[in-house]
Parts: sequence; structure tokens; C-alpha cells
Amino acid sequence: MFMTNTEIVPGRTITQYHGMVSGSTVRAKHLGRDMMAGIKNIFGGELKGYTELLTESRKEAIERMIQQARQMGANAIINVRFSTSSVAAGAAELYVYGTAVTLN
Amino acid sequence: MDTLIMVVILTAVGFVSGKIAEKMHYTSIREREQKTLKLPVTTTRRPLGVGPGNVRMELVSGSVVISVDYFKMMLAGLQNIFGGHVTAYESLIDRARREAILRMKEQKPFALQIFNVRIETTSISKGTGSGAVGSVEVLAYGTALLKAG
Repeated sequence: MFMTNTEIVPGRTITQYHGMVSGSTVRAKHLGRDMMAGIKNIFGGELKGYTELLTESRKEAIERMIQQARQMGANAIINVRFSTSSVAAGAAELYVYGTAVTLN
Repeated sequence: MDTLIMVVILTAVGFVSGKIAEKMHYTSIREREQKTLKLPVTTTRRPLGVGPGNVRMELVSGSVVISVDYFKMMLAGLQNIFGGHVTAYESLIDRARREAILRMKEQKPFALQIFNVRIETTSISKGTGSGAVGSVEVLAYGTALLKAG
């Protein structure tokens, strides 16, 4: 699946619009990681556990979006946007959305 | 009394380790920024100065979560009383943004350029204290323009 965050794809034309597709995940890390992050909050620095968690979750959200686009019969997703919000303590929602299209 | 001693110790530990972490991080950021200097990054919707030649596009992204240290948390609390620049958090967010952009660039180091870059910042607070800024996540994403083949 071809993905881009631009509205147009230079050199290729859009033959069909399928509509908006999106994918989201809400993820939390296990208690141990949360405690580690709590300790890291004293020392400062990168929270590698959380970086990993969010990257993984985002991949999953993208995967869900791609599945949706496949069902519509699209071969590309354009104008992709990401958004993140923390829902509760230690849990984050990753949301990704875009427009499914067919490129020639 | 015990809590006060605890706070003083945590602040001191946070000050030292936070300073070291920040210094090391900035050194690494500067070094890597030098290395990726040749790869331009733009926020424009279309690629700049590149004709429709033999190219392909790909979505790239980079993200990082950076935490404050205890000393900065205390300092920010103080600065909140007087208003003005909260310098304690400025360097934190600066580090996170630059790191995220670097990671995005490092995904495709041989790209011609990365255009239509968007930067997203989220605070991942633990939500215990009032207005506790636990840590900040920065995500940078854009479209990389690569030579085809």
C-alpha cells in the first residue's frame, strides 16, 4: 500500500476516491515499565520503553487503516495525518487517518 | 521532615543526572545534525526544486518520548509562580523535537529531500500532581522523495 501525507502524488493521477479511512489503538504498558518510567522521571532523559510502545502502537494503527483501505479496493492512501492523545494515566490513543484512493 | 529531606535528595539527584543527560543528548544531536545536513527538510506541500524525474515517494516518521528530571519539575513549579519563560521545559521540548526530526531523517538517509513535514507534540502526563508534566512525546512525519530504482 502506497502512503503519503501529501494531497497529490506527482506523476500519477487519482482515478477514484474511496473516502476516509482510519485506524486507532489505545495502549498501555505493563506496570513494570510504568514504574521504570516513574523512576526515570527523577533522573530525566529518554523513556525508551514509551518510545517503543508508541512506535509499535502507531504501526498497528497504520496496519488497521491499510486493511480498511484494502477492503475498499484502494491501492494508496493520501493525505495521512497522525494524532496522539493521552486518555488516562499511562495509556495513550494513537489515531491515524487519511483518504483512500486508486492511483493509476 | 523526612519528606523534606527526600525532596532535597531527589532534587539534587535530578539536577546532576538531568544535566548530564541533557549535555550528552545535545552533543549527540549536534553531531547527527551535522551528518544529515545535506538532506533538506521542508514544510511545503510540494517538493522544492526537484522536477518530475525518476523518483518515488515514501512516508517517513520519527518519534521520541523524553522525560523531565525532578530538579526541572521543581524549577518549573517555581517559574510558574512568577510567570515568564519556563526555561526548564524549553530545552526539554527543543531536545525532543530535534531528536524526532533526526530520527525521521535517519530512516531514509539517502533521500533527495523530505517534504510536507508535520510535527506533533503530546504531553504524556502521569496525572498524579496538579498539572504534572511527566514527559513529552514528539512525532515528526513527512514524505521522503527518493531516486527510483
